[in-house]
Amino acid sequence: MSRRVVVPFGPQHPVLPEPIHLDLVLEDEHVVEAIPSIGYVHRGLEKLVEIREYKDYVFIAERICGICSFIHSLAYCQGIENIMDVDVPPRAHYLRTIWSEYSRMHSHLLWMGLFADSMGFENLFMNSWRLREKVLDAMEETTGGRVIQSSCKVGGVRKDISDSKLKEMILDLEKMAPEIEELNNVFFDESTVKHRTKGIGMLSKEEAYDLGAVGPTARGSGIAIDIRDTGYAAYGDLDFKPVTENGCDCYSRCMVRAKEVLQSIDLIKQAAENIPSGDIEIKVKGNPDGEYFSRVEQPRGECVHYIKGNGKKFIQRERVRTPTLTNIPPLVKMLAGCEMADVPVIVLSIDPCIGCAER
Amino acid sequence: MTIEDQKITEIKPEDLISNVRDMHGNGFRLVQIGCGKYDETFEINYSFEKDYKFENLRISITEGIEIPSVSDIYWGAFIYENEMHDLYGVNVKGINLDFKGNLIKTSIKNPFNVKVTKTDKKNNAESKKEEN
Repeated sequence: MSRRVVVPFGPQHPVLPEPIHLDLVLEDEHVVEAIPSIGYVHRGLEKLVEIREYKDYVFIAERICGICSFIHSLAYCQGIENIMDVDVPPRAHYLRTIWSEYSRMHSHLLWMGLFADSMGFENLFMNSWRLREKVLDAMEETTGGRVIQSSCKVGGVRKDISDSKLKEMILDLEKMAPEIEELNNVFFDESTVKHRTKGIGMLSKEEAYDLGAVGPTARGSGIAIDIRDTGYAAYGDLDFKPVTENGCDCYSRCMVRAKEVLQSIDLIKQAAENIPSGDIEIKVKGNPDGEYFSRVEQPRGECVHYIKGNGKKFIQRERVRTPTLTNIPPLVKMLAGCEMADVPVIVLSIDPCIGCAER
Repeated sequence: MTIEDQKITEIKPEDLISNVRDMHGNGFRLVQIGCGKYDETFEINYSFEKDYKFENLRISITEGIEIPSVSDIYWGAFIYENEMHDLYGVNVKGINLDFKGNLIKTSIKNPFNVKVTKTDKKNNAESKKEEN
């Protein structure tokens, strides 16, 4: 038997956008075991509910993550609205759906760039981020913010999108779709990408389900779990089917995300074409008294905001279970048995967001 | 908007393992384990899902009571159990990957087991001002 050595990976590593540490137990170049450590960016945001009024906390919920910020605010507002039985206007649901899908596009394109970078494919990285800029521009034009939008509130949304702007957005997305297809084809067909991702970081369907994998990590292993399927916001009115792949490897997880970018364009178009007219918010009076597990589909997968209130203006408990946290055990499984050189690609394949995971 | 039907079943801590084993046997995936402290009671929710059917098991314990780990049933549960231990100080026995308080590095021990008031916040801000 070869001698075992422990190689530390992270928390600072060129491929990691955020700090996570892994102790890699190696036998020659093979990873025998990976032991994760987090805790470098814990901010205790959940605890702040005790001293922030529930309507103001939405600004903190949004800052849990700098990528899926809008969807965090949506999850929080949806939870409060369910507890208080608030009937949000339909137009607000559609606007929330549109911004959620823009968030997904921006997150996936960001990830595709980072994934290309983890393989040393710099040109692909720059092309992914070039397209992402257009998505961020659309977010900025409609909400005023590129990353933090602050457009979601308890009872609806703060900003409307005019019908002319919606038409303009559809045209922009139609122009963008062929460019994304071209980008996707590089990920799908390029031999360098295939060489670095096919058969790497295997996670079988059974393992993914048993270990609690969510999002593209689960869907890349053939599990059709997507919380958008439950019909929250306006998803119930749209034609939607989760994207799945059966390869169970890094390549499949990449394919799921790449296809989901095009799916997001389709969902935005559907929502923009069918958005009802009317109010965008409803006045909310009183304080939440009750509890609810608000579930949404973030770009990385299912996110749960558990909210419990007791009729006072401060919430008793806000517990956020983010997709990265639940994708860490599947990551540990994927790393066991891989080659040391594949570790960066495998780690990136779950799209780790440590800021989210630690809150 | 769809309002999800969410079932919460309160169980005794001693029945936890058998109930979680039943959920696993019935094909439910573990969604999350989350703790909250209300007065002197820790309320722990174990959330499961199967075919978008969302169910929860809930146990309530007081400080110092040890609970069994479910990580030999759901291997990935270690992440939630370590988190619960580090933030609240809940003792979980038999975690398959026990970080012994080192999963989440915090400046004070079990920070979520402390009641924060506006006065605390003001005092902290003032003491920081004095330090500077």
